[in-house]
Amino acid sequence: MAEDAGVHGRLPAHFTAPGSASFVDFLGIAAPDLLPSRRRDLPAGVIDAPHGTTIVAVTHADGVVMAGDRRATMGNVIAQRDIEKVFPADEYSCVGIAGTAGLAIEMVRLFQVQLEHYEKLQGSTLSLDGKANQLSTMIRGNLGMAMQGLAVVPLFAGFDLDMGAGRIFSYDVTGGRYEEHSFHSVGSGSVFARSALKKKFRDDVDEAAAVRLAVDALYDAADDDSATGGPDLTRKIFPVVMSVTADGLRRIPDDEVGAVVQTVVDERMTNPGG
Amino acid sequence: MSMPFYVSPEQVMKDKSDYARKGIARGRSVLAVQYADGILFVGENPSNALHKISEIYDRIAFAAVGKYNEFESLRVGGVRYADMTGYQYDRRDVTGRGLANLYAQTLGTIFTESGKPYEVELVVAEVGSTQADDSMYRLTYDGSVVDEHGFVVMGGNSDPIAAYVRERHNPKATLAVALQLAVAALVQPVADGSEVRTVVGDDLEAAVLDRTRPRRAFKRLLGGPLDKLLTAKK
Repeated sequence: MAEDAGVHGRLPAHFTAPGSASFVDFLGIAAPDLLPSRRRDLPAGVIDAPHGTTIVAVTHADGVVMAGDRRATMGNVIAQRDIEKVFPADEYSCVGIAGTAGLAIEMVRLFQVQLEHYEKLQGSTLSLDGKANQLSTMIRGNLGMAMQGLAVVPLFAGFDLDMGAGRIFSYDVTGGRYEEHSFHSVGSGSVFARSALKKKFRDDVDEAAAVRLAVDALYDAADDDSATGGPDLTRKIFPVVMSVTADGLRRIPDDEVGAVVQTVVDERMTNPGG
Repeated sequence: MSMPFYVSPEQVMKDKSDYARKGIARGRSVLAVQYADGILFVGENPSNALHKISEIYDRIAFAAVGKYNEFESLRVGGVRYADMTGYQYDRRDVTGRGLANLYAQTLGTIFTESGKPYEVELVVAEVGSTQADDSMYRLTYDGSVVDEHGFVVMGGNSDPIAAYVRERHNPKATLAVALQLAVAALVQPVADGSEVRTVVGDDLEAAVLDRTRPRRAFKRLLGGPLDKLLTAKK
């Protein structure tokens, strides 16, 4: 560990120095090699690494729902069939990732620690916009990698306690942050998922209806995009679905999602287009 | 040429200890008490913003008495150390024992090497999956560590409070019973016979490490829920 802050040493001065409540700033001083953005550029050439695919988010009357399929692909091969790509960011927000899975998961871990670190040091949580901007900075730090084909494109959603509503933020590879209204989707199957949502979204949906819309949209994405995994009823691998409301974040249990998936599949038996 | 006066090391250490002890004794006490589902922390603290009890990591909390700026810098250091270790390795690799060691080394170095010792006393507590796995470490201004069981009292007037708790403490008690015991201990009359004080919820700072909570065990007890626990029937 940097500067031997360990069981046998005392805390180095920069640990106790007053300063920023940002974990990323602190790592920049204490252990810069742990920061993804400080990594040296890779040699030129294409790297084959697993890619995550489709994430959807849908707002509803009490908050917002986010769902992601379970497939990671590497070229034409399915790299993993039960990968999880939607994560809790903190108690009131979640983040879903599309793009290079390894870098994206590392970014999410850092983002989670960053939010909790701020909360512990400051005694209050960041505003939802503050959290969204933090994620922007992290994506911008990955621009070098993105230029080499290792892009990370997250989708961020959370409950804004000041506004009393669920909100969705999308990003581009340069860290550009855009607020989305009603619903959004990212990843390879996002075009199909977004079209499905556009046709079916209504302003007055509740949480259960939003979950249903999200699962439906993922089904449509998997229908037309080979990199998006459909629900796997034989192995019981269902989309990861998180819901954020004024009561906080909750992962919808697999048996509840399973029931929704079963309904969707049953209806598609007679009406394949949904 | 003037010669500096010779002062024996014993005298230097004693003076520093006396100085630190005096500073700590001026402040109000903070208690950490084991109860059925975890560890309860209670202190008298009229401020809602300047905390004496804080979260360090998922299962680890920190309580302190003494000089605010000194224990605050130790708290910040602990949070940074814990978050960095958890990020670099895994969340399970952050332990109360590791943190207590780090604080002991830090306080010990400050005590021997700097002119002014820290006027602080700390508790680092960690809840495990069962009560037998809980741990509480008390750290004093000179870097000594004591592995405590059942309860810890820090700050001014700590001896009578500790005696009061020792007679009545039951580690299997519910949260309400443990909280009422802790508050009764804090307000009991001091030896000089002054009157029994009363403390209301607003002047209390209370928090728990609750082992039944999913990831982050630390929770502050505030407002309505705190008043309800204070008035609950035994």
